[in-house]
Amino acid sequence: MLRRMRDGWTAPLAWVGRSAIGTAAGFGRFGTFAAGVLRAVPDVATWGRLMVQQMARLGVDSLPIALFIAAFTGIVLALQASYTFTGAVPLYFVGTLVGKTMLLELGPVLTGLALAGRVGANIAAELGTMKVTEQIDALETLAYDPLAYLVVPRVLAGVLMFPIVVAFADATGIVGGWITALNMLDMSTPEFVRGLRLFFDPFDVRYSLIKAASFGLTVTAVGCFFGLTASGGAEGVGRATTRAVVASSMTILVLDAFWAVALL
Amino acid sequence: MSIQLIGVRKAFGDKVILDGVSLEVREGETVAIVGFSGSGKSVLLKTIVGLLRPDAGQVIVDGQVVTELRRAELYALRRRVGYVFQFAALFDSMTVAENVAMGLRRIPGMTEEEIAARVESSLRLVDLEGYGPRYPAELSGGQRKRVGLARAIATRPKYVLYDEPTTGLDPVTTAVIDRLILRLREELGVTGVVITHNLESAYRVGDRIAMLHGGVIRFAGTPEEVRQATDPLVRAFVEGRPELAEGIL
Repeated sequence: MLRRMRDGWTAPLAWVGRSAIGTAAGFGRFGTFAAGVLRAVPDVATWGRLMVQQMARLGVDSLPIALFIAAFTGIVLALQASYTFTGAVPLYFVGTLVGKTMLLELGPVLTGLALAGRVGANIAAELGTMKVTEQIDALETLAYDPLAYLVVPRVLAGVLMFPIVVAFADATGIVGGWITALNMLDMSTPEFVRGLRLFFDPFDVRYSLIKAASFGLTVTAVGCFFGLTASGGAEGVGRATTRAVVASSMTILVLDAFWAVALL
Repeated sequence: MSIQLIGVRKAFGDKVILDGVSLEVREGETVAIVGFSGSGKSVLLKTIVGLLRPDAGQVIVDGQVVTELRRAELYALRRRVGYVFQFAALFDSMTVAENVAMGLRRIPGMTEEEIAARVESSLRLVDLEGYGPRYPAELSGGQRKRVGLARAIATRPKYVLYDEPTTGLDPVTTAVIDRLILRLREELGVTGVVITHNLESAYRVGDRIAMLHGGVIRFAGTPEEVRQATDPLVRAFVEGRPELAEGIL
């Protein structure tokens, strides 16, 4: 009886301990993986010719979903700004709010989260399937370093292409807000542009792109890590894919806060 | 030069898979390794090519101690070793020709024309001439295994390791794959290690047959010696009668 009571008290502690050890081990494995990727970067002969293909897959193919989200975000931002400002703040501040919010926050973060689902899940599922079907081992036996062949081109393509996708998303969101302002808020183009330029700082664009590059690094690296550590057949690949999306989405939000503290 | 395993030990957690395996595969020879499911045959093969690192013991391939090689040296060694996977492990997103060309692209100085010619000759060797543009999903199980074989031998390796090359195939396709293995030995002079459950296959392709059980090589000998073996475990495996090895299994 006493033992059962003691076990009842200690079981949650044991669970917390096991979780903490598991998480620390996971970070350790990711650290080893990251060091391996860095070591593989000089092997340009292996990853160089794969870059264009990966840039197209991760960047160009992601544009439709990113622009779709950005356009509707811009529309909603304009309408909500107008609703909030009515009677109290001049309406040209709609342009200010749309521009600032798209550049500083919603452009990179919403695009990052959308691509965590699209790109991160795609990478984790693809590499995970390769892992459980021994294709990664096959690469090794054919004298390819899987980190150089699979991971480096994806991570570099992510770092290079996410800022480009986010730049287009920022622009699309602002255009969406502008069209909404013209057609639904009785604003003129000069009014919207006046608001847009009011507090504009070129640093806002750099901030947006820096965040986007860090999100690109996160989504691709985390997707590759969970894909390459998948095990246990189709179920294991599904688990790895879910983990990749959850982990990269959470990391994006943490990074978002980090950049705000560090750069603003 | 040959393949030598000296006291190789490998465990996963508490489970000891290989417990001091010692085996030598002489140059030009094909050794078939047989054993019950889960006896560690595939683990053994993976340690030879450095996909798994043994906990203890030495693996020597072509005069080089695999466990002591640096990454670049290991990859250089792997260019001399072909590996045929149990389920072929073909790259789904690539055509048959691209699969076969993968290893060739690691050979410095090889031109695209030379690669294309080598791909064709490798596919011809496995009787799949003209299959280059197809994708793995369009092939039968036997054809996939033959493409895996073509990919493994495209670089004309000195050693080929076969992980259950005939498992899941019908008897005729099994015989075709066995003949291919023999042909590779005769035409390319490769040294081979064949993992198989199929004793008929082992008799056909093996100059010697080794039985892995309990983490060690329980028996090794020529096909004739296997047929004459008195070890109850070998007899149980050969005759498919577990009652012969009661108390051991």
